[in-house]
Amino acid sequence: MTITAENLERHGLTTEEYQRIVDALQREPTLTELGIFSVMWSEHCSYKSSRVHLKTLPTTGPRVLQGPGENAGAVDIGDGLAAVFKIESHNHPSFIEPYQGAATGVGGIIRDIFTMGARPIALLNSLRFGSLEDPLVRRTFAGVVAGIAGYGNSIGIPTVGGEVAFDESYTGNPLVNVFCLGIAAHEDIIKGVASGVGNPVYYVGAKTGRDGIHGATMASAEFDEKSAEKRPAVQVGDPFMEKLLLEACLEVMRTDALVGIQDMGAAGLTCSTCEMGSRGGAGVDVDVSLVPQRESGMTPYEIMLSESQERMLMVVKRGREAEVEQIFDKWDLHAVRVGEVTTDGKLRVRNRGEVVAEIPNRALTDDAPLYRRPMAEPRYIKEAQQLSLASLAPPVAAAEAFTRLLASPTIASKRWVYRQYDHMVRTNTLVLPGMGASVVRVKGTKRALAMSVDCNGRFVYLDPYAGAQLAVAEAARNVACAGGKPIGATNCLNFGNPEKPEIMWQFARAVEGMGAACRALDIPITGGNVSLYNETDGRAVLPTPVLGVVGVIDDAANVVRRAFRAEGDVVVLLGETRDELGGSEYLKAMHGMIRGVPPVLDLKREAALHGVLVEGASSGLIQSAQDCSEGGLAITLAESCIGTGHGARIDIPATMSAAGFGDIATLFSESASRVVVSVSPEHEAALMSLAARARVPARRIGLVTGKRVQIAIDGRTVIDEPVAEVERTWSTSIERYFEPAKAIA
Amino acid sequence: MKFAVVVFPGSNSDHDAYYAAEHVLGQQAEFIWHKDHSLKGADVVILPGGFAHGDYLRTGAIARFSPIMAEVQKFAASGGPVLGICNGFQVLLEAGMLPGAMLRNRSVKFVCQHVLIKVEQTDTPFTNACRVGQVLRIPIAHGEGNYYADPDVVAQLEKNRQIVFRYTNAQGVPTGEANPNGSVANVAGLCNETRNVVGLMPHPERACELAIGSADGLVVFESAVKAVSQGAFAAVQ
Repeated sequence: MTITAENLERHGLTTEEYQRIVDALQREPTLTELGIFSVMWSEHCSYKSSRVHLKTLPTTGPRVLQGPGENAGAVDIGDGLAAVFKIESHNHPSFIEPYQGAATGVGGIIRDIFTMGARPIALLNSLRFGSLEDPLVRRTFAGVVAGIAGYGNSIGIPTVGGEVAFDESYTGNPLVNVFCLGIAAHEDIIKGVASGVGNPVYYVGAKTGRDGIHGATMASAEFDEKSAEKRPAVQVGDPFMEKLLLEACLEVMRTDALVGIQDMGAAGLTCSTCEMGSRGGAGVDVDVSLVPQRESGMTPYEIMLSESQERMLMVVKRGREAEVEQIFDKWDLHAVRVGEVTTDGKLRVRNRGEVVAEIPNRALTDDAPLYRRPMAEPRYIKEAQQLSLASLAPPVAAAEAFTRLLASPTIASKRWVYRQYDHMVRTNTLVLPGMGASVVRVKGTKRALAMSVDCNGRFVYLDPYAGAQLAVAEAARNVACAGGKPIGATNCLNFGNPEKPEIMWQFARAVEGMGAACRALDIPITGGNVSLYNETDGRAVLPTPVLGVVGVIDDAANVVRRAFRAEGDVVVLLGETRDELGGSEYLKAMHGMIRGVPPVLDLKREAALHGVLVEGASSGLIQSAQDCSEGGLAITLAESCIGTGHGARIDIPATMSAAGFGDIATLFSESASRVVVSVSPEHEAALMSLAARARVPARRIGLVTGKRVQIAIDGRTVIDEPVAEVERTWSTSIERYFEPAKAIA
Repeated sequence: MKFAVVVFPGSNSDHDAYYAAEHVLGQQAEFIWHKDHSLKGADVVILPGGFAHGDYLRTGAIARFSPIMAEVQKFAASGGPVLGICNGFQVLLEAGMLPGAMLRNRSVKFVCQHVLIKVEQTDTPFTNACRVGQVLRIPIAHGEGNYYADPDVVAQLEKNRQIVFRYTNAQGVPTGEANPNGSVANVAGLCNETRNVVGLMPHPERACELAIGSADGLVVFESAVKAVSQGAFAAVQ
């Protein structure tokens, strides 16, 4: 057959890429082969625009057991155990079909973790939506949350935390990034390799249907008004099937009968066969007629490209087949032999014996196109970085701004969200959602793991380099607040169309910043995911490079939570407040603008701060810790009061700012590297000297006392509200968009 | 003594019940696969939480047909203590071992949070170490925990003192606000007429250690140990 221009366009391939295919094959491809190339060379699978940049990230370290390139990264957490974790996006499907898009995003990342031989024990997510004033956004938001809940709750892995932020740029392109962490003994980590000539290749899990064909190419294109027509490209999740797969696979892995295993995610059978072969330096020969099918009349093309969920591909040691089959039988799953490992390094696809595709694995993987796309600084940046507070309408009273910020959906409690997630199953959750960084204990050890996913897209928009650094700093700081020493990270880079030089520039600068910050804080990135083409009708989302940081707490008894704990404790601010309202939640919520430059970040000081937090926690000095981020110091103080109901009497020095904005900058400036901690009076001196030794600025700013949030600036009271009232404003804000009558669950 | 934790495909709190019995309580525990035909000499049977068979039909509707359920029925009929937690409670309802049925939560959403429940009856193998009126802080995590029974059945349950746990406020008053799912009469847990089979929606196994937020659920397991050691609910094996 001849491949027409229309054929190429439907497959998202350029004519140059087509020529490459012909060169690699030394002939014209068949339609099946064209389909295989199109998904493997899609942005989603090949990282063709991003790879040259990603290579610059730090990915190694003494604790790193597995860096990028496998199904997930792994770091040593002591006691012979590894934390296996990764974050992945499911943005495009979640806009088209919120419930299933989000649900299958959860299913996909869980498979990545147990594929490595790890028992998944925690999920987090990082979500972005448009304004909740928009009914369509509310529908998407509610659907995504329900989808995450529906999948995670059923499979029994707790969703222990995460973040949700709102900005109009995400209206037609929400971000759904899901993080999963599992635990494995070092020696039990298993990889996605095919090797050993003649070893059988098994397919197990759900049957293959026509769902999700071209999901990977969909995720590599912008949205327009026709996007709704792509609904058949969204897969449907079955958490029960995945629960069976999870348990059966972990049981099989304990037998030592597997050579390698990989889940069928994006690009399905195609991706798993050629990637496993490529990693093992081997070939894989499969016959699609043996693949269990849900529908009749499926072509080899459709079977190879289907993204039906809950399927795994395994290479089994020859002679151990019966053992493996028996375990899957126990779980009422049927492992089917679909092919074998060969020596020739080729992916060979047969249909009832007849070869329908034959492609060198490397052409699909390592030798996929790599682009150094043109870059240009976006024109908006210089203009957006100009911020003149003096030209703004005079600010409202500090107390009013405080109340409005508390109710801003980005700042307000996410209780409406996390109450729908089972966050306690597996009985490891040491810090409940909303009470600080997520912390789970590691049963069988004294240790616990702290996790945080963060990114402030406004900062990245205003300065991608600085913004990405701030994302790293914030995620690591949150982990350190809980007492966790950051030991590894995973990233999910959400950007617009990389074919636009301005977007590519944002991307490259953000990756540079992220790399520099991770190096300075000594946090290797062990894997992650890139999601490009996050645009609707030509408008990109705020550049959102989300970072998920994992930290280890040596003694779970020393976990620190965010809320004040005892009357009479001393409140200390670690770090300094400067006049830094650029990109702040205050400017966005009160003046509707994203302007200025992001806060300055001194990475040395940030690292020193983390050291103080970790040591302060492990030595039992610190009673509570909460970092300052959106909304600044005033919001952090409010959050420190909420939960335990303790009030505080605070007096902070004024920060100089433009005329009339002094109080605002003092209270709501988003200066980096700041944490509010509380200590019992007898430990105050020890904490101060710990901070002094680390050269971290520390100032006593008040006391935990009473039942009111009282904040004064140089002795002049500017905020004085009952904690109960502050808590009501903060905790019901999102709920009121959905339950106007405030119905009880 | 030995706890049997039945594992249905889709059970997800099986490990938690096992951990509470074996590691927190220091008793013996054993997983029993749903296709097994023996409870392997267990003294107490736990049907754990989860989504047995995916619960795509009514919750618990398929699990009641698992081979092990015949053994659980026999064990219960001979007086053996059986505890159904969350999905396990739903299975007991479907199996007819407890009266009534579950509806979707009043909010039509899954709800996971700590709630307060009052122990109203202490003559069951899972509450005999409690005080009457004791209020426990225990989490719930369910989408279908809105207990329903006909008014006649509820009257009968009240008369027979079969309502073991009720959602209440901190003072032990079963208010509408304290009811997280819309259950009739604020029912959080029940027993059968012979009082040896108990089902409840809250998860006591998730509240056995202060480190994870509450240790109030431990008394449920301690009660089982006490019951077995006193031989009060001995099963004829």
